[in-house]
Amino acid sequence: MRYLPHTRQDIDQMLAVTGHADLNQLFETIPDSAKTKTELNLPDALSEWDLNAQMEELASQNTACRSYTCLMGAGSYDHHIPAIVPYLISRSEFMTAYTPYQPEVSQGTLQGIYEFQTMITALLGMDIATASHYDGGTALAECALIALRKSKKANKIAVSSLIHPAHRHIMKTYLGPSGYEIVEIPADKNGLTDVAAFKAMDGIAGVAVQSPNFLGNIEDLGSFRACADEKNCLFISSFTEALAHGLLKSPGYFGADLVAGEGQSLGMSKSFGGPGLGLLAGTRKMMRNLPGRFVGKTMDSKGRRGYVLTLATREQHIRREKASSNICSNNGLNAMTAAVYMAAAGKNGIREIARLNHDKAVYLKNMLVGAGFESVYNSAFFNEFVVKAPAGFADKRRELAEKHNLFAGVPLESYYPDMADHYLFCATETVSRQAMDLLAKEVQS
Amino acid sequence: MTQPGTTGLIFNEPELWDKSREGRCGISIPRSDVPRADLDPALTGDAPELPQLSELDVVRHFVRLSQWNFSIDSGMYPLGSCTMKYNPKTNEVQAARKGFAAAHPLAGDEFSQGALKLMYELEQLLGEITGFPAVTLQPAAGAHGEFTGMLMIHAWHAKQGKQRSKILVPDTAHGTNPASASLCGYKSVNIKSGPKGILEPATVAEAMDEDTAGIMITNPNTLGLFEDNIKEVCDIVHAKGGLVYGDGANMNAVMGIIKPGELGIDVLHLNLHKTFSTPHGGGGPGSGPVAVVKDLIPFLPVPRVQKENDTYSFITNCPDSIGRMHTFYGHFGVMVKAFAYILSMGGDGLKRASQLAVLNANYIKESLKTTLDLPYDRPCMHECVFTDKGVQEYHISTMDMAKRLLDYGFHPPTVYFPLVVNAAFMVEPTETESKDDIDQFIEAVKAIVKEAASDPDKLKSAPYLPKVTRLDEVTAARKPCLKG
Repeated sequence: MRYLPHTRQDIDQMLAVTGHADLNQLFETIPDSAKTKTELNLPDALSEWDLNAQMEELASQNTACRSYTCLMGAGSYDHHIPAIVPYLISRSEFMTAYTPYQPEVSQGTLQGIYEFQTMITALLGMDIATASHYDGGTALAECALIALRKSKKANKIAVSSLIHPAHRHIMKTYLGPSGYEIVEIPADKNGLTDVAAFKAMDGIAGVAVQSPNFLGNIEDLGSFRACADEKNCLFISSFTEALAHGLLKSPGYFGADLVAGEGQSLGMSKSFGGPGLGLLAGTRKMMRNLPGRFVGKTMDSKGRRGYVLTLATREQHIRREKASSNICSNNGLNAMTAAVYMAAAGKNGIREIARLNHDKAVYLKNMLVGAGFESVYNSAFFNEFVVKAPAGFADKRRELAEKHNLFAGVPLESYYPDMADHYLFCATETVSRQAMDLLAKEVQS
Repeated sequence: MTQPGTTGLIFNEPELWDKSREGRCGISIPRSDVPRADLDPALTGDAPELPQLSELDVVRHFVRLSQWNFSIDSGMYPLGSCTMKYNPKTNEVQAARKGFAAAHPLAGDEFSQGALKLMYELEQLLGEITGFPAVTLQPAAGAHGEFTGMLMIHAWHAKQGKQRSKILVPDTAHGTNPASASLCGYKSVNIKSGPKGILEPATVAEAMDEDTAGIMITNPNTLGLFEDNIKEVCDIVHAKGGLVYGDGANMNAVMGIIKPGELGIDVLHLNLHKTFSTPHGGGGPGSGPVAVVKDLIPFLPVPRVQKENDTYSFITNCPDSIGRMHTFYGHFGVMVKAFAYILSMGGDGLKRASQLAVLNANYIKESLKTTLDLPYDRPCMHECVFTDKGVQEYHISTMDMAKRLLDYGFHPPTVYFPLVVNAAFMVEPTETESKDDIDQFIEAVKAIVKEAASDPDKLKSAPYLPKVTRLDEVTAARKPCLKG
């Protein structure tokens, strides 16, 4: 096996040093009764050639193996990934390093993550950002825990029903054993979270609202901030489409205390939903409450600029039993990916890409409405929107996927039972007018 | 013996924004083929203040940064408890295949059969390796797997009609274990290991009662020792109605030798980024699958992958499920790499990997036990733990030796963990290091211990060769500067 370097002679020499007769004897401390009686029943080892063939065979059973038009978002977005992003991220020194616990030989990862944190604060308009989390949903669940722990009396968290359903499900799972309560804020007729309903709630430690929300609509975050102030609770803003911040006012502008979201759009492939990038940012006041890692700037013993993992006293390896979070990793390589993407796109690039997303989505919505779909909301949106499809669209949708490799929207009924025939469409900069025109033509035929 | 560490030209590089020049852009913007559609100006803000750089600016910046990093691909990385084995390059090629990388998670089962089949088969392979009937791939990291496992234990007790309040955690368990338990509302009860560095059944029996949900065992433990009494310990916990959580982070030592599912463990997490060779990426993304016994299957997170008549689908209709741990299905891209690794190794290859990992660790233990203090001198598994006791007379610490190793061209071992020994120096070579490289490492440690006696000041200011010297971590924490 090419990954195992030991020659017969090496093994003999090493066994002579350890004082064992053979490799099996190395396990003599394990009682026989504990050892497994059968050899591992796994397929025979594959050569690289055979592996390539088998993996390509599997990959080819996903439609994604062919070029396809992706008009689906809902938390995973089809964006162009510049060639330099995977190229730079594949550097062995980034990819095969461990967590930068030895800062003297990890300055590359550390400066890169420090720059990532900085650019995320710029994107979200926040004071501080962590070194990243598993995904947007888990980052949001951590925010809920922060709010509930900080609150002395309140034991409820108010959650918009227009937060990504999977994110709400994760929150419910995380909070399950804790005894904390989640109350959902209903949607209004404009496809926005109902502020008035939130106003009527009490005993709330924090309120979480996603913008653009799961239906694509841009929320009025300012009114939730104001309402949260009245209730003296934390305001948590979340998102699934990081690129929206290239165009929209930031959650920081609206005074969010905590921001959680998904950063997959910043240079990562969809990869069947993961690994993505959990983003978590907060005001300066939240610094010691945020879970996960931070990189900080400092100096070395000769006075030179350098970076270290910092504020580690919050982490579990320092105060085991007292740690409130068990997180001991970040999606480091994906944070680095986002850093490369944001550095390459820059201030002007991210704005232009964001505008294009919005332009394409507006065009798509107009085309669909022209083709007989019903516009459901008049609210402003970024690159996703909801339409109600004409009868028979479900079959047409399958046909479009099979014949044209075109994936037309995400059906919403499984998320919201009263939304039969409603679809969440997404258009990004990767979608051509030609493809959108084709869709409009097909649904009319 | 020539050591790998040396000097060479690297480059200074400022922070990104110091290179920024108004008007530069490093990406290609597609020409628009649709009309401009302006948003209400009340909704739009200023463009975020990201740096403005050309493509080459960005390339040089990150290439220069990368050159300041130590990595497995550049040298031996014997970090105990982290299993820094070689990350095969073919795995990256497999995960990057368009059919996987471009797959949308909501494309629908019928258009995602390849991904579903891969997940289903990977679950089967991991089940065979660990001896459990079912596996979830959803947890995104080891600690996330622990949390998932503890949620299942919590849900199982709830289903029995009586919740419990405590959980036993040995002092040789992984650091995240107590935090994972406390997220489920369990209070950790610390269990001391015995004089041999392993759990003693009597100690467990004394602590285990009917208000204790179970025990969290890392086996092999963080001293690199196999918990010989594992079966007895499991029996004690089960007899009181508790469950046994197994931390499988150290599975690399025992593939094909033991199956945790045959020993009485009820829930076990694995780390694909340790045992199954996927890269650590400077801190992630990892993947922490969880394997369970039959009784716990109903509690696994949703969605689950199901196979029926050679067709694969996701199912969510599992009323006892703990719920959902990830927005989609976990770190699929990492799963592809681990799957490719297992197929490349085969059953014999995996067993061989464990044998050689244990051989390498024992070889280091024997070769260095007269040089460094070895608190538990018994056959180890995949890692061995020394301390700085022998060099304390020169006022040299584990940290000083670790830093000096950098000059010799080695990443230091894990230091000051596990907490059960004082100033631990924990070496895990893994099976992919050759005898020649290990011999160099051994010589480096011996040379450093000699230096400790002859020139202790040299060690205290080490390292000398890296781009920066020791960093002021105290000021970094007291006056945090977290952005530029």
